[in-house]
Amino acid sequence: MSLKADEVLAIARLARLSVADAEVGEHAAKLGSILEMIDQLQAADTAGIEPMAHPLSQGQRLRDDVATETDRRDDYQRNAPAVHDGLYLVPRVIE
Amino acid sequence: MSGAGAWHECTLAELARGVRDGAYTSVALTEYLLARVDALDPVLNSFVTVDAERALAAARAADARRGTAAAGPLNGVPIAHKDIFCTDGLRTTCGSRMLADFVPPYDAAAVERLAAAGCVTLGKTNMDEFAMGSSNETSWFGPVKNPWDTSRVPGGSSGGSAAAVAARLVPAATGTDTGGSIRQPAALTGTTGLKPTYGRVSRWGMIAFASSLDQAGTLTRTAEDAALMLAAMAGLDPRDSTSVDAPVPDYVAALAYADVRGLRLGVPGAFFDQHLDAGIGRLAREAIAVLESGGAKIVEVELPNLHLAIPVYYVVAPAEASSNLSRFDGVRFGHRAAGAKDLLDLYERSRSEGFGDEVKRRIMTGTYVLSAGYFDAYYLKAQQVRALIARDFERAFEQADLIVGPTAPTPAFALGAKTDDPVTMYLNDIYTVGAPLAGLPAISVPCGLHEDLPAGLQLIGPHFSEDRLLAAAHWFQQRTDWHRQAPALAAEAG
Repeated sequence: MSLKADEVLAIARLARLSVADAEVGEHAAKLGSILEMIDQLQAADTAGIEPMAHPLSQGQRLRDDVATETDRRDDYQRNAPAVHDGLYLVPRVIE
Repeated sequence: MSGAGAWHECTLAELARGVRDGAYTSVALTEYLLARVDALDPVLNSFVTVDAERALAAARAADARRGTAAAGPLNGVPIAHKDIFCTDGLRTTCGSRMLADFVPPYDAAAVERLAAAGCVTLGKTNMDEFAMGSSNETSWFGPVKNPWDTSRVPGGSSGGSAAAVAARLVPAATGTDTGGSIRQPAALTGTTGLKPTYGRVSRWGMIAFASSLDQAGTLTRTAEDAALMLAAMAGLDPRDSTSVDAPVPDYVAALAYADVRGLRLGVPGAFFDQHLDAGIGRLAREAIAVLESGGAKIVEVELPNLHLAIPVYYVVAPAEASSNLSRFDGVRFGHRAAGAKDLLDLYERSRSEGFGDEVKRRIMTGTYVLSAGYFDAYYLKAQQVRALIARDFERAFEQADLIVGPTAPTPAFALGAKTDDPVTMYLNDIYTVGAPLAGLPAISVPCGLHEDLPAGLQLIGPHFSEDRLLAAAHWFQQRTDWHRQAPALAAEAG
Protein backbone atom coordinates (compact mmCIF):
# COMPACT_ATOMS: atom_id res chain seq x y z
CA MET A 1 0.00 0.00 0.00
CA SER A 2 1.27 3.44 -0.84
CA LEU A 3 0.26 6.82 0.53
CA LYS A 4 -0.51 9.82 -1.63
CA ALA A 5 1.37 13.08 -1.16
CA ASP A 6 -1.70 14.88 0.20
CA GLU A 7 -2.26 12.05 2.73
CA VAL A 8 1.31 12.45 4.02
CA LEU A 9 0.80 16.19 4.35
CA ALA A 10 -2.53 15.70 6.15
CA ILE A 11 -0.97 13.29 8.67
CA ALA A 12 1.99 15.62 9.18
CA ARG A 13 -0.40 18.50 9.82
CA LEU A 14 -2.31 16.47 12.43
CA ALA A 15 1.00 15.52 14.06
CA ARG A 16 2.19 19.16 14.04
CA LEU A 17 5.17 18.32 11.85
CA SER A 18 6.18 20.22 8.77
CA VAL A 19 7.33 18.09 5.86
CA ALA A 20 9.37 19.73 3.10
CA ASP A 21 8.22 19.04 -0.47
CA ALA A 22 11.43 17.16 -1.17
CA GLU A 23 10.76 14.76 1.74
CA VAL A 24 7.15 13.87 0.87
CA GLY A 25 8.08 11.06 -1.49
CA GLU A 26 10.36 9.30 0.96
CA HIS A 27 7.83 9.61 3.79
CA ALA A 28 5.09 8.24 1.51
CA ALA A 29 7.20 5.22 0.57
CA LYS A 30 8.42 4.38 4.08
CA LEU A 31 5.08 4.98 5.81
CA GLY A 32 3.47 2.93 3.05
CA SER A 33 5.76 -0.03 3.72
CA ILE A 34 5.07 0.21 7.47
CA LEU A 35 1.29 0.29 6.90
CA GLU A 36 1.59 -2.65 4.54
CA MET A 37 3.39 -4.64 7.25
CA ILE A 38 0.74 -3.62 9.81
CA ASP A 39 -1.99 -4.81 7.45
CA GLN A 40 -1.12 -8.42 8.32
CA LEU A 41 -3.36 -7.84 11.34
CA GLN A 42 -6.45 -7.79 9.17
CA ALA A 43 -6.14 -11.56 8.65
CA ALA A 44 -6.42 -12.34 12.37
CA ASP A 45 -9.75 -13.63 13.65
CA THR A 46 -10.60 -11.36 16.57
CA ALA A 47 -14.36 -11.88 16.76
CA GLY A 48 -15.50 -11.43 20.34
CA ILE A 49 -12.00 -10.62 21.66
CA GLU A 50 -11.87 -7.84 24.23
CA PRO A 51 -9.17 -5.29 23.25
CA MET A 52 -6.27 -5.26 25.71
CA ALA A 53 -5.48 -1.83 27.06
CA HIS A 54 -3.26 -2.72 30.01
CA PRO A 55 -0.84 -5.64 30.34
CA LEU A 56 -1.82 -6.44 33.94
CA SER A 57 -5.54 -5.63 33.72
CA GLN A 58 -4.86 -3.36 36.63
CA GLY A 59 -7.30 -0.74 37.81
CA GLN A 60 -6.26 2.83 38.37
CA ARG A 61 -4.87 3.45 41.83
CA LEU A 62 -6.51 6.42 43.56
CA ARG A 63 -5.23 8.75 46.22
CA ASP A 64 -6.75 11.39 48.44
CA ASP A 65 -7.54 14.60 46.62
CA VAL A 66 -4.99 16.78 48.38
CA ALA A 67 -2.16 18.85 46.98
CA THR A 68 1.16 17.02 47.22
CA GLU A 69 3.35 19.13 44.93
CA THR A 70 5.36 22.06 46.13
CA ASP A 71 5.71 25.16 43.96
CA ARG A 72 8.79 24.64 41.79
CA ARG A 73 7.78 26.88 38.91
CA ASP A 74 11.12 28.65 38.73
CA ASP A 75 12.99 25.33 38.56
CA TYR A 76 10.77 24.04 35.79
CA GLN A 77 10.87 27.27 33.81
CA ARG A 78 14.64 27.20 33.69
CA ASN A 79 14.25 24.76 30.79
CA ALA A 80 11.74 26.95 28.94
CA PRO A 81 12.97 28.65 25.76
CA ALA A 82 11.26 31.97 26.64
CA VAL A 83 9.60 33.12 29.87
CA HIS A 84 8.72 36.46 31.38
CA ASP A 85 7.53 37.02 34.97
CA GLY A 86 6.71 33.34 35.33
CA LEU A 87 4.77 33.20 32.06
CA TYR A 88 5.67 31.15 28.99
CA LEU A 89 6.08 33.32 25.92
CA VAL A 90 4.69 32.27 22.52
CA PRO A 91 4.19 34.15 19.24
CA ARG A 92 1.22 36.53 19.28
CA VAL A 93 -2.05 34.56 19.21
CA ILE A 94 -4.62 37.39 19.38
CA GLU A 95 -4.23 40.21 16.89
CA MET B 1 41.97 -8.32 44.24
CA SER B 2 45.52 -7.12 43.66
CA GLY B 3 46.33 -3.99 41.67
CA ALA B 4 44.08 -1.51 39.94
CA GLY B 5 44.67 -3.33 36.65
CA ALA B 6 41.76 -5.73 36.96
CA TRP B 7 38.97 -3.56 38.37
CA HIS B 8 37.18 -3.38 35.03
CA GLU B 9 37.05 -7.18 34.99
CA CYS B 10 35.18 -7.23 38.30
CA THR B 11 31.43 -7.59 38.52
CA LEU B 12 29.14 -5.18 40.33
CA ALA B 13 28.93 -7.66 43.22
CA GLU B 14 32.72 -7.91 43.49
CA LEU B 15 33.22 -4.14 43.33
CA ALA B 16 30.55 -3.51 45.98
CA ARG B 17 32.36 -6.00 48.22
CA GLY B 18 35.76 -4.40 47.53
CA VAL B 19 34.55 -0.93 48.49
CA ARG B 20 32.66 -2.29 51.51
CA ASP B 21 35.72 -4.20 52.77
CA GLY B 22 37.97 -1.19 52.26
CA ALA B 23 40.14 -3.01 49.70
CA TYR B 24 39.93 0.19 47.63
CA THR B 25 38.04 3.45 47.72
CA SER B 26 35.12 4.52 45.56
CA VAL B 27 37.18 7.54 44.49
CA ALA B 28 40.02 5.34 43.18
CA LEU B 29 37.53 3.08 41.40
CA THR B 30 35.64 6.01 39.90
CA GLU B 31 38.87 7.65 38.67
CA TYR B 32 39.93 4.33 37.16
CA LEU B 33 36.67 3.87 35.24
CA LEU B 34 36.61 7.53 34.14
CA ALA B 35 40.08 6.99 32.64
CA ARG B 36 38.78 3.94 30.77
CA VAL B 37 35.88 5.99 29.39
CA ASP B 38 38.37 8.65 28.27
CA ALA B 39 40.51 6.02 26.56
CA LEU B 40 37.85 3.87 24.89
CA ASP B 41 34.73 5.91 24.42
CA PRO B 42 36.00 8.18 21.63
CA VAL B 43 35.72 5.02 19.50
CA LEU B 44 32.53 3.58 21.00
CA ASN B 45 30.45 6.74 21.59
CA SER B 46 28.52 4.91 24.31
CA PHE B 47 28.21 8.00 26.53
CA VAL B 48 26.36 11.22 25.71
CA THR B 49 27.42 12.94 28.93
CA VAL B 50 30.14 12.16 31.44
CA ASP B 51 30.37 14.39 34.50
CA ALA B 52 33.64 13.48 36.23
CA GLU B 53 33.38 16.17 38.90
CA ARG B 54 29.90 15.09 39.92
CA ALA B 55 30.88 11.40 39.88
CA LEU B 56 33.92 12.05 42.06
CA ALA B 57 31.85 14.11 44.52
CA ALA B 58 29.42 11.18 44.79
CA ALA B 59 32.38 8.80 45.22
CA ARG B 60 33.81 10.91 48.05
CA ALA B 61 30.40 10.89 49.74
CA ALA B 62 30.25 7.10 49.34
CA ASP B 63 33.69 6.71 50.88
CA ALA B 64 32.56 8.85 53.81
CA ARG B 65 29.53 6.59 54.30
CA ARG B 66 31.57 3.38 54.31
CA GLY B 67 31.03 1.31 57.44
CA THR B 68 28.02 3.37 58.55
CA ALA B 69 24.35 2.51 58.48
CA ALA B 70 23.96 4.96 55.56
CA ALA B 71 26.05 2.77 53.23
CA GLY B 72 23.67 0.91 50.88
CA PRO B 73 24.35 -2.52 49.32
CA LEU B 74 25.99 -0.97 46.24
CA ASN B 75 27.85 1.76 48.10
CA GLY B 76 30.50 3.49 46.00
CA VAL B 77 30.13 1.47 42.79
CA PRO B 78 30.00 3.53 39.58
CA ILE B 79 27.22 2.78 37.12
CA ALA B 80 25.72 4.58 34.11
CA HIS B 81 22.17 5.59 33.36
CA LYS B 82 20.52 5.44 29.97
CA ASP B 83 19.95 9.03 28.91
CA ILE B 84 16.18 8.51 29.10
CA PHE B 85 16.23 8.73 32.93
CA CYS B 86 16.04 12.25 34.32
CA THR B 87 19.00 13.22 36.47
CA ASP B 88 18.75 16.27 38.70
CA GLY B 89 21.07 18.97 37.36
CA LEU B 90 22.62 16.63 34.76
CA ARG B 91 21.66 17.01 31.11
CA THR B 92 19.18 14.37 29.90
CA THR B 93 18.79 14.22 26.12
CA CYS B 94 16.88 11.02 25.30
CA GLY B 95 19.21 10.86 22.29
CA SER B 96 17.36 13.76 20.68
CA ARG B 97 18.16 17.24 19.44
CA MET B 98 14.80 18.12 21.01
CA LEU B 99 16.31 17.68 24.49
CA ALA B 100 19.94 18.44 23.68
CA ASP B 101 20.03 21.16 26.37
CA PHE B 102 17.44 19.77 28.80
CA VAL B 103 18.59 19.76 32.43
CA PRO B 104 15.98 18.05 34.61
CA PRO B 105 15.12 19.58 37.98
CA TYR B 106 14.67 16.13 39.57
CA ASP B 107 15.93 12.54 39.53
CA ALA B 108 13.95 9.68 38.02
CA ALA B 109 12.76 7.13 40.60
CA ALA B 110 15.21 4.49 39.27
CA VAL B 111 18.09 6.97 39.59
CA GLU B 112 16.95 7.95 43.07
CA ARG B 113 16.76 4.34 44.25
CA LEU B 114 20.13 3.34 42.84
CA ALA B 115 21.68 6.43 44.44
CA ALA B 116 20.06 5.42 47.73
CA ALA B 117 21.69 1.99 47.32
CA GLY B 118 25.00 3.86 47.09
CA CYS B 119 25.70 3.87 43.34
CA VAL B 120 27.83 6.60 41.82
CA THR B 121 26.53 7.94 38.48
CA LEU B 122 29.44 8.01 36.05
CA GLY B 123 27.41 9.44 33.19
CA LYS B 124 24.51 9.09 30.78
CA THR B 125 24.55 6.57 27.97
CA ASN B 126 23.73 7.05 24.32
CA MET B 127 20.52 5.59 22.90
CA ASP B 128 18.27 5.58 19.89
CA GLU B 129 16.31 8.83 19.79
CA PHE B 130 13.39 8.57 22.25
CA ALA B 131 14.22 4.83 22.46
CA MET B 132 12.94 4.32 18.91
CA GLY B 133 15.36 2.03 17.15
CA SER B 134 17.12 -1.32 17.25
CA SER B 135 20.64 -0.26 16.29
CA ASN B 136 21.44 2.98 18.13
CA GLU B 137 21.78 4.71 14.78
CA THR B 138 18.88 7.13 15.32
CA SER B 139 20.66 9.05 18.10
CA TRP B 140 21.21 12.78 17.49
CA PHE B 141 24.59 12.22 19.15
CA GLY B 142 25.76 9.69 16.57
CA PRO B 143 25.70 5.91 16.48
CA VAL B 144 27.23 3.70 19.18
CA LYS B 145 29.77 1.14 17.98
CA ASN B 146 29.71 -2.48 19.06
CA PRO B 147 32.83 -3.20 21.16
CA TRP B 148 33.11 -6.64 19.54
CA ASP B 149 33.44 -5.12 16.08
CA THR B 150 33.33 -1.35 15.75
CA SER B 151 32.02 -1.57 12.18
CA ARG B 152 28.83 -3.06 13.64
CA VAL B 153 25.88 -1.79 15.68
CA PRO B 154 25.43 -2.65 19.38
CA GLY B 155 21.66 -3.01 18.99
CA GLY B 156 19.17 -0.63 20.50
CA SER B 157 17.65 1.31 21.88
CA SER B 158 19.77 0.86 25.05
CA GLY B 159 22.86 0.44 22.85
CA GLY B 160 25.05 2.85 24.82
CA SER B 161 24.36 1.06 28.10
CA ALA B 162 25.02 -2.33 26.48
CA ALA B 163 28.25 -1.20 24.78
CA ALA B 164 29.54 0.47 27.96
CA VAL B 165 28.96 -2.69 30.00
CA ALA B 166 30.39 -4.95 27.27
CA ALA B 167 33.54 -2.80 26.99
CA ARG B 168 33.94 -2.91 30.79
CA LEU B 169 33.55 0.86 31.16
CA VAL B 170 30.97 0.31 33.90
CA PRO B 171 29.90 -2.90 35.65
CA ALA B 172 26.21 -2.08 35.19
CA ALA B 173 23.88 0.38 33.50
CA THR B 174 20.17 1.05 33.44
CA GLY B 175 18.14 0.54 30.31
CA THR B 176 14.55 0.61 29.18
CA ASP B 177 12.68 -1.98 27.16
CA THR B 178 9.54 -1.27 25.13
CA GLY B 179 9.87 -3.88 22.36
CA GLY B 180 13.28 -5.38 23.11
CA SER B 181 15.45 -2.33 23.83
CA ILE B 182 17.29 -4.01 26.73
CA ARG B 183 17.40 -7.65 25.58
CA GLN B 184 18.32 -7.18 21.91
CA PRO B 185 21.39 -4.97 22.62
CA ALA B 186 22.34 -7.35 25.45
CA ALA B 187 22.34 -10.22 22.94
CA LEU B 188 24.34 -8.26 20.37
CA THR B 189 27.01 -7.19 22.89
CA GLY B 190 27.35 -10.35 25.01
CA THR B 191 25.83 -8.78 28.13
CA THR B 192 22.99 -9.78 30.46
CA GLY B 193 19.82 -7.76 29.94
CA LEU B 194 16.82 -7.92 32.27
CA LYS B 195 13.40 -6.49 31.42
CA PRO B 196 11.22 -6.76 34.53
CA THR B 197 7.44 -7.20 34.62
CA TYR B 198 5.44 -4.16 33.52
CA GLY B 199 5.01 -1.99 36.63
CA ARG B 200 7.79 -3.67 38.65
CA VAL B 201 10.09 -0.62 38.49
CA SER B 202 8.74 2.90 38.74
CA ARG B 203 8.83 4.91 35.52
CA TRP B 204 8.60 8.25 37.27
CA GLY B 205 11.13 10.53 35.61
CA MET B 206 11.71 8.10 32.73
CA ILE B 207 10.88 9.86 29.46
CA ALA B 208 7.79 8.17 28.03
CA PHE B 209 7.72 6.39 24.66
CA ALA B 210 4.85 3.86 24.74
CA SER B 211 3.24 3.85 28.14
CA SER B 212 1.47 0.48 28.00
CA LEU B 213 4.83 -1.19 27.22
CA ASP B 214 7.74 0.83 28.68
CA GLN B 215 9.65 -0.73 31.56
CA ALA B 216 12.98 0.08 33.20
CA GLY B 217 15.60 -2.62 33.63
CA THR B 218 19.28 -3.38 33.65
CA LEU B 219 22.34 -4.25 31.57
CA THR B 220 25.01 -6.11 33.51
CA ARG B 221 27.56 -8.83 32.87
CA THR B 222 25.94 -11.39 35.18
CA ALA B 223 22.51 -12.43 36.41
CA GLU B 224 23.77 -11.92 39.96
CA ASP B 225 24.45 -8.26 39.17
CA ALA B 226 21.03 -7.93 37.55
CA ALA B 227 19.53 -9.25 40.80
CA LEU B 228 21.47 -6.66 42.82
CA MET B 229 20.33 -3.85 40.52
CA LEU B 230 16.68 -4.98 40.44
CA ALA B 231 16.65 -5.36 44.24
CA ALA B 232 17.57 -1.67 44.45
CA MET B 233 15.15 -0.51 41.74
CA ALA B 234 11.97 -2.55 42.25
CA GLY B 235 8.96 -1.62 44.33
CA LEU B 236 5.88 0.54 44.58
CA ASP B 237 6.15 4.24 43.80
CA PRO B 238 2.95 6.25 44.25
CA ARG B 239 4.23 8.82 41.73
CA ASP B 240 3.86 6.29 38.88
CA SER B 241 0.24 5.17 38.58
CA THR B 242 1.31 1.99 36.74
CA SER B 243 3.79 1.02 39.46
CA VAL B 244 2.58 -2.21 41.02
CA ASP B 245 1.92 -2.78 44.72
CA ALA B 246 3.25 -6.35 44.86
CA PRO B 247 5.79 -7.74 47.32
CA VAL B 248 9.40 -7.57 46.13
CA PRO B 249 11.08 -10.97 46.63
CA ASP B 250 14.71 -11.18 47.72
CA TYR B 251 16.22 -11.52 44.24
CA VAL B 252 19.75 -12.02 45.52
CA ALA B 253 18.75 -14.73 48.00
CA ALA B 254 16.88 -16.52 45.18
CA LEU B 255 20.23 -17.13 43.46
CA ALA B 256 21.63 -19.15 46.35
CA TYR B 257 19.31 -22.08 45.66
CA ALA B 258 19.39 -21.72 41.88
CA ASP B 259 18.55 -25.04 40.30
CA VAL B 260 16.91 -26.03 37.05
CA ARG B 261 16.11 -29.63 38.02
CA GLY B 262 12.49 -30.26 37.08
CA LEU B 263 12.08 -26.80 35.60
CA ARG B 264 9.72 -27.03 32.62
CA LEU B 265 11.14 -25.09 29.68
CA GLY B 266 8.78 -24.25 26.84
CA VAL B 267 10.45 -24.02 23.45
CA PRO B 268 8.03 -22.45 20.97
CA GLY B 269 8.45 -23.20 17.29
CA ALA B 270 7.67 -19.53 16.65
CA PHE B 271 11.12 -18.64 18.02
CA PHE B 272 12.86 -20.88 15.49
CA ASP B 273 11.29 -19.54 12.31
CA GLN B 274 12.58 -18.54 8.87
CA HIS B 275 14.01 -15.25 10.19
CA LEU B 276 16.50 -16.99 12.50
CA ASP B 277 20.16 -17.07 11.46
CA ALA B 278 21.30 -20.71 11.45
CA GLY B 279 24.39 -20.04 13.58
CA ILE B 280 22.43 -18.15 16.22
CA GLY B 281 19.78 -20.87 16.24
CA ARG B 282 22.44 -23.55 16.82
CA LEU B 283 23.86 -21.62 19.81
CA ALA B 284 20.38 -21.19 21.29
CA ARG B 285 19.72 -24.93 20.97
CA GLU B 286 23.07 -25.75 22.55
CA ALA B 287 22.24 -23.45 25.48
CA ILE B 288 18.87 -25.14 25.90
CA ALA B 289 20.71 -28.48 25.92
CA VAL B 290 22.89 -27.19 28.80
CA LEU B 291 19.74 -26.42 30.79
CA GLU B 292 18.33 -29.82 29.87
CA SER B 293 21.52 -31.55 31.08
CA GLY B 294 20.91 -29.92 34.46
CA GLY B 295 17.53 -31.60 34.73
CA ALA B 296 15.25 -29.08 33.03
CA LYS B 297 12.38 -30.65 31.14
CA ILE B 298 11.79 -29.46 27.59
CA VAL B 299 8.12 -29.10 26.70
CA GLU B 300 6.51 -28.12 23.42
CA VAL B 301 4.47 -24.95 23.61
CA GLU B 302 2.65 -23.02 20.92
CA LEU B 303 2.47 -19.27 20.50
CA PRO B 304 0.18 -19.29 17.45
CA ASN B 305 -0.25 -15.51 17.24
CA LEU B 306 3.34 -14.47 17.91
CA HIS B 307 4.01 -13.89 14.20
CA LEU B 308 1.65 -10.90 14.53
CA ALA B 309 3.60 -9.35 17.43
CA ILE B 310 5.59 -6.99 15.19
CA PRO B 311 2.51 -5.60 13.38
CA VAL B 312 0.70 -5.21 16.75
CA TYR B 313 3.69 -3.45 18.23
CA TYR B 314 4.00 -1.06 15.28
CA VAL B 315 0.42 0.06 15.80
CA VAL B 316 0.34 0.26 19.60
CA ALA B 317 3.80 1.77 20.22
CA PRO B 318 3.60 4.53 17.57
CA ALA B 319 0.03 5.35 18.64
CA GLU B 320 1.13 5.86 22.23
CA ALA B 321 4.29 7.66 21.11
CA SER B 322 2.34 10.12 18.99
CA SER B 323 0.39 11.04 22.10
CA ASN B 324 3.36 11.07 24.52
CA LEU B 325 5.53 13.14 22.21
CA SER B 326 2.85 15.78 21.68
CA ARG B 327 4.24 17.41 24.84
CA PHE B 328 7.23 18.66 22.85
CA ASP B 329 5.81 21.93 21.62
CA GLY B 330 8.73 24.35 21.75
CA VAL B 331 7.05 26.25 24.59
CA ARG B 332 7.72 24.70 27.99
CA PHE B 333 10.98 22.83 27.42
CA GLY B 334 13.00 21.40 24.57
CA HIS B 335 14.05 22.74 21.21
CA ARG B 336 12.37 25.88 19.90
CA ALA B 337 12.62 27.01 16.26
CA ALA B 338 13.74 30.58 15.75
CA GLY B 339 11.53 33.26 14.17
CA ALA B 340 8.19 31.42 14.15
CA LYS B 341 5.47 33.55 12.61
CA ASP B 342 2.60 32.13 14.67
CA LEU B 343 1.86 29.41 17.21
CA LEU B 344 1.20 26.66 14.64
CA ASP B 345 4.41 27.54 12.84
CA LEU B 346 6.26 27.38 16.17
CA TYR B 347 4.90 23.88 16.91
CA GLU B 348 5.54 22.50 13.44
CA ARG B 349 9.01 23.92 12.97
CA SER B 350 10.22 23.21 16.53
CA ARG B 351 9.10 19.59 16.21
CA SER B 352 10.44 19.15 12.70
CA GLU B 353 13.85 20.52 13.68
CA GLY B 354 13.93 18.76 17.05
CA PHE B 355 12.90 15.23 16.00
CA GLY B 356 14.86 12.91 13.71
CA ASP B 357 13.39 10.92 10.81
CA GLU B 358 12.56 7.69 12.68
CA VAL B 359 10.78 9.59 15.45
CA LYS B 360 8.80 11.56 12.88
CA ARG B 361 7.89 8.33 11.10
CA ARG B 362 6.59 6.78 14.30
CA ILE B 363 4.65 9.90 15.27
CA MET B 364 3.07 9.96 11.81
CA THR B 365 2.32 6.21 11.89
CA GLY B 366 0.71 6.67 15.30
CA THR B 367 -1.25 9.70 14.16
CA TYR B 368 -2.50 7.78 11.12
CA VAL B 369 -3.67 4.68 13.02
CA LEU B 370 -5.47 6.83 15.58
CA SER B 371 -7.10 9.15 13.06
CA ALA B 372 -10.83 9.21 12.38
CA GLY B 373 -11.91 6.33 10.18
CA TYR B 374 -8.83 4.20 10.86
CA PHE B 375 -9.01 3.72 14.64
CA ASP B 376 -11.10 0.53 14.55
CA ALA B 377 -9.20 -1.05 11.68
CA TYR B 378 -5.79 -0.47 13.20
CA TYR B 379 -5.67 0.48 16.88
CA LEU B 380 -8.63 -1.52 18.13
CA LYS B 381 -7.67 -4.50 15.96
CA ALA B 382 -4.11 -4.37 17.29
CA GLN B 383 -5.32 -4.29 20.89
CA GLN B 384 -7.46 -7.36 20.15
CA VAL B 385 -4.55 -9.27 18.63
CA ARG B 386 -2.45 -8.13 21.59
CA ALA B 387 -5.01 -9.85 23.83
CA LEU B 388 -4.63 -13.04 21.74
CA ILE B 389 -0.84 -12.93 22.11
CA ALA B 390 -1.13 -12.45 25.89
CA ARG B 391 -3.56 -15.39 26.02
CA ASP B 392 -1.08 -17.54 24.06
CA PHE B 393 1.58 -16.85 26.69
CA GLU B 394 -0.87 -17.52 29.51
CA ARG B 395 -1.68 -20.94 28.02
CA ALA B 396 1.99 -21.70 27.40
CA PHE B 397 2.72 -21.00 31.07
CA GLU B 398 0.20 -23.70 32.04
CA GLN B 399 2.66 -26.16 30.49
CA ALA B 400 5.97 -24.41 31.11
CA ASP B 401 7.66 -22.53 33.97
CA LEU B 402 9.76 -20.48 31.56
CA ILE B 403 9.84 -20.00 27.80
CA VAL B 404 13.23 -20.08 26.08
CA GLY B 405 14.60 -19.22 22.67
CA PRO B 406 17.02 -16.92 20.91
CA THR B 407 16.89 -13.21 21.85
CA ALA B 408 17.60 -11.72 18.42
CA PRO B 409 17.38 -13.40 15.01
CA THR B 410 20.88 -12.39 13.87
CA PRO B 411 24.21 -11.32 15.36
CA ALA B 412 25.21 -7.65 15.31
CA PHE B 413 24.91 -6.24 11.80
CA ALA B 414 26.98 -3.59 10.01
CA LEU B 415 26.37 0.10 10.66
CA GLY B 416 24.08 1.43 7.96
CA ALA B 417 22.97 -2.02 6.79
CA LYS B 418 19.30 -1.57 7.70
CA THR B 419 18.80 2.19 8.00
CA ASP B 420 17.11 2.56 4.60
CA ASP B 421 14.36 0.06 5.28
CA PRO B 422 12.39 0.58 8.51
CA VAL B 423 10.46 -2.68 8.22
CA THR B 424 13.65 -4.76 7.95
CA MET B 425 15.02 -2.93 10.98
CA TYR B 426 11.81 -3.66 12.93
CA LEU B 427 12.27 -7.42 12.42
CA ASN B 428 15.26 -7.34 14.81
CA ASP B 429 12.73 -7.35 17.62
CA ILE B 430 10.72 -10.27 16.31
CA TYR B 431 11.47 -12.52 19.35
CA THR B 432 11.51 -9.76 21.96
CA VAL B 433 8.27 -7.80 21.32
CA GLY B 434 6.02 -10.56 22.60
CA ALA B 435 7.03 -10.22 26.27
CA PRO B 436 6.31 -6.48 26.63
CA LEU B 437 3.01 -6.82 24.73
CA ALA B 438 1.96 -9.28 27.46
CA GLY B 439 3.73 -7.32 30.24
CA LEU B 440 6.02 -10.29 30.99
CA PRO B 441 9.53 -10.23 32.47
CA ALA B 442 12.38 -11.60 30.35
CA ILE B 443 16.15 -11.85 30.43
CA SER B 444 18.82 -12.28 27.78
CA VAL B 445 22.06 -14.04 28.71
CA PRO B 446 25.15 -14.57 26.53
CA CYS B 447 25.07 -18.08 25.04
CA GLY B 448 27.98 -18.21 22.65
CA LEU B 449 29.90 -16.58 19.84
CA HIS B 450 29.02 -17.00 16.20
CA GLU B 451 31.81 -15.85 13.90
CA ASP B 452 33.27 -13.90 16.85
CA LEU B 453 30.00 -12.10 17.55
CA PRO B 454 27.87 -12.71 20.67
CA ALA B 455 24.50 -14.44 20.73
CA GLY B 456 21.84 -14.24 23.43
CA LEU B 457 19.50 -16.80 24.96
CA GLN B 458 16.18 -15.34 26.02
CA LEU B 459 14.18 -16.62 28.99
CA ILE B 460 10.62 -15.32 29.45
CA GLY B 461 8.60 -15.88 32.62
CA PRO B 462 5.08 -15.28 33.93
CA HIS B 463 4.30 -11.93 35.57
CA PHE B 464 6.50 -11.19 38.60
CA SER B 465 8.70 -14.28 38.12
CA GLU B 466 11.97 -12.28 38.05
CA ASP B 467 13.35 -14.42 40.89
CA ARG B 468 12.80 -17.59 38.83
CA LEU B 469 14.30 -16.00 35.70
CA LEU B 470 17.34 -14.72 37.56
CA ALA B 471 17.89 -18.05 39.29
CA ALA B 472 17.77 -19.96 35.98
CA ALA B 473 20.07 -17.42 34.31
CA HIS B 474 22.46 -17.59 37.27
CA TRP B 475 22.47 -21.39 37.14
CA PHE B 476 23.33 -21.20 33.41
CA GLN B 477 26.15 -18.73 34.11
CA GLN B 478 27.60 -21.05 36.78
CA ARG B 479 28.02 -23.70 34.08
CA THR B 480 29.04 -21.62 31.07
CA ASP B 481 31.53 -18.82 30.66
CA TRP B 482 30.05 -16.90 27.71
CA HIS B 483 29.22 -13.99 30.03
CA ARG B 484 32.92 -13.77 30.97
CA GLN B 485 34.08 -13.39 27.36
CA ALA B 486 35.21 -9.83 26.73
CA PRO B 487 35.72 -8.10 23.41
CA ALA B 488 39.39 -7.55 22.50
CA LEU B 489 38.80 -3.80 22.67
CA ALA B 490 38.09 -4.05 26.43
CA ALA B 491 41.71 -5.06 27.01
CA GLU B 492 43.12 -2.07 25.13
CA ALA B 493 43.05 0.51 27.94
CA GLY B 494 45.33 -0.28 30.84
